[in-house]
Amino acid sequence: MAATGRTVHPVAAIGFVLEGLWTWYRRNWRSTAVSSFLTPLMFLTAMGFGLGSQIRPGPATDNLPYVVYLAPAVLVGLAVQVSTGESSFPVLGSFKWDQRYYAITATPVTVDQLLAAQVVWVALRVFVSGLAYVLVAALFGAFVNAGALLAVPISMLAGLAFGTWVVALAATVNDEGNAFGNAFRFVVVPMTLFAGTYYPISQLPAWSRPLAWVTPLWHGNELARAAEFGGMSLLTAAGHVAYLLVLVAGGVLTARWRFHVRLKV
Amino acid sequence: MSDDAVLVQADGLVKRFGDFEAVRGIDVKVRRGEAFGFLGPNGAGKSSTMRMIACTSPRTAGELRVLGMDPDRQGPRIRARLGVVPQQDNLDNELTVRQNLQVYGRYFGLSRAQVRDRATELLRFAQLTDRADDQVDPLSGGMKRRLTIARSLVNEPELLLLDEPTTGLDPQARHLLWDRLFRLKQSGVTLIVTTHYMDEAEQLCDRLVVMDGGRIVAEGSPAGLIAEHSSREVLELRFPIDQQQANVPLLHDLAERVEVLPDRLLIYTDDGESVLAQASRRGVRPTSSLVRRSTLEDVFLRLTGRTLVD
Amino acid sequence: MTTHGLVLRIVPVGSYAGRARAVVERSALVNRRNWLLVVSGVVEPLFYLFALGIGFGGIIGNLTAPDGHPISYAAYVAPGLLAASAMNGAVHDSTFNVFMKLKYARVYDAMLATPLGPMDVALGEISWSLLRGGIYAAGFLAVMGALGLITSPWALLALPAALLVAFGFASVGMAAATLLRSWQDFDLILLVVMPMFLFSTTFFPITVYPAAIRVAVECLPLYHGIELMRQLTSGAVGWSALGHVAYFAAMVAVGGWFATRRLGKLLLT
Repeated sequence: MAATGRTVHPVAAIGFVLEGLWTWYRRNWRSTAVSSFLTPLMFLTAMGFGLGSQIRPGPATDNLPYVVYLAPAVLVGLAVQVSTGESSFPVLGSFKWDQRYYAITATPVTVDQLLAAQVVWVALRVFVSGLAYVLVAALFGAFVNAGALLAVPISMLAGLAFGTWVVALAATVNDEGNAFGNAFRFVVVPMTLFAGTYYPISQLPAWSRPLAWVTPLWHGNELARAAEFGGMSLLTAAGHVAYLLVLVAGGVLTARWRFHVRLKV
Repeated sequence: MSDDAVLVQADGLVKRFGDFEAVRGIDVKVRRGEAFGFLGPNGAGKSSTMRMIACTSPRTAGELRVLGMDPDRQGPRIRARLGVVPQQDNLDNELTVRQNLQVYGRYFGLSRAQVRDRATELLRFAQLTDRADDQVDPLSGGMKRRLTIARSLVNEPELLLLDEPTTGLDPQARHLLWDRLFRLKQSGVTLIVTTHYMDEAEQLCDRLVVMDGGRIVAEGSPAGLIAEHSSREVLELRFPIDQQQANVPLLHDLAERVEVLPDRLLIYTDDGESVLAQASRRGVRPTSSLVRRSTLEDVFLRLTGRTLVD
Repeated sequence: MTTHGLVLRIVPVGSYAGRARAVVERSALVNRRNWLLVVSGVVEPLFYLFALGIGFGGIIGNLTAPDGHPISYAAYVAPGLLAASAMNGAVHDSTFNVFMKLKYARVYDAMLATPLGPMDVALGEISWSLLRGGIYAAGFLAVMGALGLITSPWALLALPAALLVAFGFASVGMAAATLLRSWQDFDLILLVVMPMFLFSTTFFPITVYPAAIRVAVECLPLYHGIELMRQLTSGAVGWSALGHVAYFAAMVAVGGWFATRRLGKLLLT
């Protein structure tokens, strides 16, 4: 049999890698259904309706019912969660355990195309989970207008602003995943708690607010709420988006460097 | 308990997993001080037998006494006097080389001071003193195997069970390991070894049983088995593709037996050179020929019609 | 120890060598290098306490203690978080860790080739998990005390109560771990633990629910853990506390019995 000797168009190459990821996912989607679909809805029900029943609409909730105030932030939190999940163990495992990346880069697919496909995959997963969440939560009355749909791509951007850095971390570490446990407990959890998810950061001591400003989650929360409730100037919105884009770019470039180092090309 | 020198006695021993019968009624007797082997291909029932002897797998039927005790009732007491080297290394990857030995010793109830001394001794025995404080994961296959064997010795066992001790190792690592096992045997430890390598069985075992499909098909010393079931020499002939079959009729009456393998013919005879000369006179033109001594591999082929390693 | 004698009499022959301590020693040795993860277990519930207690303090008014007197939201949510973190830690240790060792690391296979039996392994692993859980709970209670959220000497009993809650969840969690087939099955554990964490009155009073749902919530183990803890830290202790304790004693007994049996089945085939 003769070798095909064929190389492929970069876009097609990314498509092939995505196809491989999809083939795996099709058989294993169930395990992600709980964490990326049921969990946020349960969370919204417990905190939005349950705890929300103890909270009167007031300035701290933009004068909205608490569940409505909370819903967009849960969307952004979900995006960060899903993108962290998809970027941590699966990426480390593709280097370390099943060594899928080495197999892929032994074909005409290049390292850059591989990384691009991985990031696109994370983005797609975040987008689809976010969309599913918004549609179902809207049925419960947690979203009040179509601006919520605009919040989905916003949450995807915030998710990637964090997730691409996790990809870079996953391409760097070589342990059994302890680094992710620490990143999750020391970064993701506090971020979710203190970056304006449950209440405006004005409720917290002034010194702690700059910490929230650094996180992609806070910018995502601000944008997602503004997309649904309005009240933000275009310039401010552009500033938030620009910050998130810078984080994404930085994450991708760092991940690219780590991928090249690890795959030795 | 009648015969103190018998460490393992099995009569009609059976192991079933659901519908599958892995061990189909075997009789085995292992005496103190000997090196006893189970030889057979993968799936012959060797590992299942070993796990029953190690008291980590209850028997389905039949009798089994290990060190004079019943594994079902006195498992912990028996295991306290055994050393076990499983087929796949199950070292503790979260501990260092030395810690693996020490922690394992604690499972046997040795004191901290005892395990410290024992670990130092065993590191030397396994030639791993230089790597004592390294993690286990980066060690080579041969080193891991030596560490597993060292670990199995931490309680100074009377009986050491080795399941495929050198499978997957390179030749140099195998010889190093055989040397260590030989020393143990010299020091009086009783060894039970399973293997599908005939050279390993010949090197290590005083006495062995050949297993196939859950049954014992032959028993004896390596030399005795060869003398009983094979000829003194074997002539191996290889032919160009598609010409092997045509040559078989020309060779049949020259030897005791001819075995046809996919890639070569084995001709069993007491004088290989003379058969080769006669064949050549009849116009047999192999691409290569080799005269060698009979091995346990030939015994197995004779008894089962199959090769040990496929 | 008298418990030794008792345990020896009720478990199957050969499954207990009375040497669970050696298994605990192994865990301690392993975790010496991974101290950051141990520390993070103390820190995480404190993050929750600060974020919810302080942040919501200005938004949510007073709630009521089990005996009806008003308490601040922070004082209300703190015992809930204490019980929930005891659950989370115990479930994590007993499912994730046990499954990994069972399936991949084969650490238990090596242990069972020694005189140790499955009961030693189960007891050893649960004891380690409790030891760690005890440190977390003590840290959390100390912070509660410093923030003035403890108003009664009964709170001293919150530490053993946290251990009991953890013991109950660890026993049942370990039993569950022996039934898992692959990593994919962990979503089922999440599916049980997550709603329990969210809906067992950790964050808001049971009066929020309609009557039917209230009964369902009252069946959940975490609800009993939280009630017990809330009584102890607020000092409003009643006879019902004994009922909550009995609930967890039953979890320990049933979970422990099932886990030992299954471990024996899985490892000694």
